[in-house]
Amino acid sequence: MKLDRRMFIGTGAAATASLAAPMLRADGHAKPRVVVIGGGAGGATAARYIAKDSEGAISVTLIEPTRTYYTCFFSNLYLGGFKEIGDLAHSYGGLAASGVNVVHDWAVGVDRDARTVALAGGGSVGYDKLILSPGIDFVEGAVPGWDLSAQNAMPHAYKAGSQTELLRAQLRAMPQGGTFAMVAPPNPYRCPPGPYERVSMVAHYLKANNPTAKILIADPKEGFSKQALFEEGWAAHYSGMIERIGPDFGGGDASVDPVAMTLTIDGDETPVDVCNVIPAMKAGRIAELAGVTDGNWAPVNAADMSSKADPDIHVLGDASQQGDMPKSGFSANSQAKVCANAVRGALTGSRVFPARFSNTCWSLIDINDGVKVGATYEATDEKIAKVDGFVSQTGESAEVRQATYEESEGWYAGITADMFGA
Amino acid sequence: MRAPRAALICALPLLATVAGAELGGDAKAGEQVFRRCIACHQVGPDARHRTGPQLNDILGAPAASQGDYRYSPAMAKAGAEELIWTAEALNRFLASPRAYMPGTKMGFRGLAAPEDRADVIAYLASFSEGTAAPQAAGFALSPEVLALDGDAEYGAYLAAECTTCHQADGDNDGIPAIINMQQEAFVTAMHAYKQKHRANPAMQLIASRLGDEEIAALAAHFTTLGN
Ligand SMILES: Cc1cc2nc3c(=O)[nH]c(=O)nc-3n(C[C@H](O)[C@H](O)[C@H](O)COP(=O)(O)OP(=O)(O)OC[C@H]3O[C@@H](n4cnc5c(N)ncnc54)[C@H](O)[C@@H]3O)c2cc1C
Ligand code: HEC
Repeated sequence: MKLDRRMFIGTGAAATASLAAPMLRADGHAKPRVVVIGGGAGGATAARYIAKDSEGAISVTLIEPTRTYYTCFFSNLYLGGFKEIGDLAHSYGGLAASGVNVVHDWAVGVDRDARTVALAGGGSVGYDKLILSPGIDFVEGAVPGWDLSAQNAMPHAYKAGSQTELLRAQLRAMPQGGTFAMVAPPNPYRCPPGPYERVSMVAHYLKANNPTAKILIADPKEGFSKQALFEEGWAAHYSGMIERIGPDFGGGDASVDPVAMTLTIDGDETPVDVCNVIPAMKAGRIAELAGVTDGNWAPVNAADMSSKADPDIHVLGDASQQGDMPKSGFSANSQAKVCANAVRGALTGSRVFPARFSNTCWSLIDINDGVKVGATYEATDEKIAKVDGFVSQTGESAEVRQATYEESEGWYAGITADMFGA
Repeated sequence: MRAPRAALICALPLLATVAGAELGGDAKAGEQVFRRCIACHQVGPDARHRTGPQLNDILGAPAASQGDYRYSPAMAKAGAEELIWTAEALNRFLASPRAYMPGTKMGFRGLAAPEDRADVIAYLASFSEGTAAPQAAGFALSPEVLALDGDAEYGAYLAAECTTCHQADGDNDGIPAIINMQQEAFVTAMHAYKQKHRANPAMQLIASRLGDEEIAALAAHFTTLGN
C-alpha cells in the first residue's frame, strides 16, 4: 500500500521522457523544472499550459493526491438532482498526455533553500519554480462544536467528492417536514455565491420531494453575492421555505452539537435533520508549511502571481491573497494562465505579455433560471484590481434566464477542457 | 446537452454586411416573391401580426423582438442568444427555416433560389427604418481594421482568456465554437461586442478592453486553430 501511494501515470513517450528529468538533474540543469502542488482549477491549468506551450523545454511535475478530481463547480447542481456524481469527475490522463508528470501523492513540506518539495510517500522533487494551488482548508474552531472529526455527521461539502455525496444522501433521507440547516461562512471564502446556490438547489429538491421541509441559514454576513437575484428567486420559486438569520439577529453566533444534531443561534437551540457546516476558510495547509502565508492567506504580486515571500514560488486560486478577484474556479484558471506565461518567460526567455484577468460566476436558482456576475481585472502595484463588471438583473425574462443557464453548461465544458485537456 | 449549433455560429459572422444590407436584391421583384409570405406576414403602415409576426423594421432587429407576438421557444431562444436579422441571417433562414432554426414554428419550406431571397430581403429592407434598426445601424468597420495583420503569438496568449468558455477544439456545449471562422467575421463580431451592437454582457466586457491590435491578434490565432 505504501509503495503504490506514489504512482506515476501516463505511458506516452513525452510523459516518460520528462518523468526522469526532475530526479536526474541535481545541478546540471539540463532542463528547467516546474513543480505544481495541487491539480485543481489553478494547478491543473498552470501545469497544462506550461507543458503545452513550452513544447518540452520545461519539465513539469504535478503533485496531487487524488486520482479523480471532483469539481466543486456544479456540485450544487448535483445536490439539486441536475447532475450525477460522474458528471463532476475528471481524471489526469489528459494532463499526462500533454507531457505533465503527474505524481499522485501529498506534498508535506517545502525546503525553500534547497528548492525541494517533500512527499508523504518519501523522497522529494526539486524545482526551479514552484506553483502552489492547494485550495482551502478550514479555520479550526470557527464554528464552536464542529471540527473535522464531525464532518460525517455535519458535512461541509465544500471540497467536492465524498462530502458532496454524503450531503446529498442526508438531504434525501430527511424526514418529511424536517429541517435542513446551513452555517454559512464569513468572508473571504471560496465561491461567494456558492452557499446560496446550494440553498436554491436544496430547495429545488425539497419542493418536489419534501415540500413541508424548511431551510434554516445562520449567516455571519450582512449581505452576499447576487443577493437580490437569489432573494427574488427564492420568493418566486420557494416561498416560505427558506429562513436566513443574518448577523443582526445573531446569525454570526452559531454553534452546533453534531451528536445531538442541534444548531444554536444566538442562544436559541433548534433540532435539525441535516446540518451543512461551512466554516471560515484559509489557504490549503501546504502554503503555510511553505512559509508563504501571512495570516490565513498567501499574499502575491498581481503581475505574475508570485509570492510576496519568495519570488520562485507562485500561489494561485483560493489560497492566494491577490486583491479584488473572488475565490472561484474561473479566477484560479485565469490566474494560472497569467502565471504560466510569466514562469515560462522566466525559465526559457519566451515572450511575457501583460497580465489580464477575468471572472464570471453563474448560479442556478431553479430549473432553467440561471444568473451570472462577471468582471475584468488588471494588475496594479498593490493588487489585482477590478476594472469593470456586470451582473444579471432582477425581473429578466425566462428566455434570458434559460440562455444564461445554457451558457453555464458551455462554460463548464470549456473550463474543464481547459484545465485537463480535451 | 448540445445547443443548436447552426443558429449560434451563423449568428456570428453577420454584422459586416448589415450596414450595406445587400445581397444585391431588387425590391420590386421582391414584392412578387413576398406573395409567398403574405398568407402569414404583413408589411406596410397597417401591418398586424397574423400567423407570423408583422415584418416592418425587421432588418437589423434581433430575432423575436416583438413583445406582443408569441414566438416559438426556438425563436425566443435565438433572440436571447442575440441572433440579429441581418441580410445575411435572413438569407440563411429563408433558404430553409427549419434547417437553420430547428423548432421554429414558421411553416414554410424555404426559398430555394438565391435571387428570390435577395429580392425579398431588399423588399423587406424598404420597410425597415434606414435599412437597419438601431441595433446594427451605423456599424461598419474600416477596411484597415478588418485587414490588420495580427500577432499570432500575442493572440495565443490572449486566447487563454477565451478558452475558459470557448473550447479550443471547437466543441459547443452551450457556448459557440470560435475556431475556423473567417478573419473578417471574427474581427467584426468582436468589434460589434466592443461597441455594444451585440448584447451578451460577458462578451461586451471582454471585448471592451481589447484594442484593434488585440482583436487582430486573436483573429490571427483562432482563424488558424484547428486547420
Ligand atoms: C459548492 C461550490 C460551488 C462552486 N461553484 C463554482 C462555480 O460555479 N464557478 C466557479 O468558478 N467556481 C466555483 N466554486 C469555487 C471553485 O471550486 C474554487 O474556487 C476552485 O476550485 C479553486 O481552485 P484552486 O486551484 O485554488 O483549488 P482546488 O480546485 O480546490 O484544487 C486544489 C487541489 O490541491 C490538492 N492539494 C491540496 N493540498 C495538497 C498537498 N499538500 N499536496 C498535493 N496536493 C494538494 C487538492 O487535492 C485539490 O485537488 C465553487 C465551490 C464550491 C465549494
Ligand atoms: C405559413 C406561415 C408562414 C409563411 C408562409 C412565412 N412565414 Fe415567416 N414566420 C411565420 C411564423 C409562425 C413565424 C414565427 C416563427 C417562430 O416563432 O418560430 C415567422 C417568423 C418569421 C421571421 C422572424 C420574425 C421575428 O420577429 O423574428 C421572419 C423574418 C420571417 N418569418 C420571414 C418570412 C418571409 C420573408 C416569408 C416568405 C418568403 C415567410 N416568413 C413566410 C410564418 C410564416
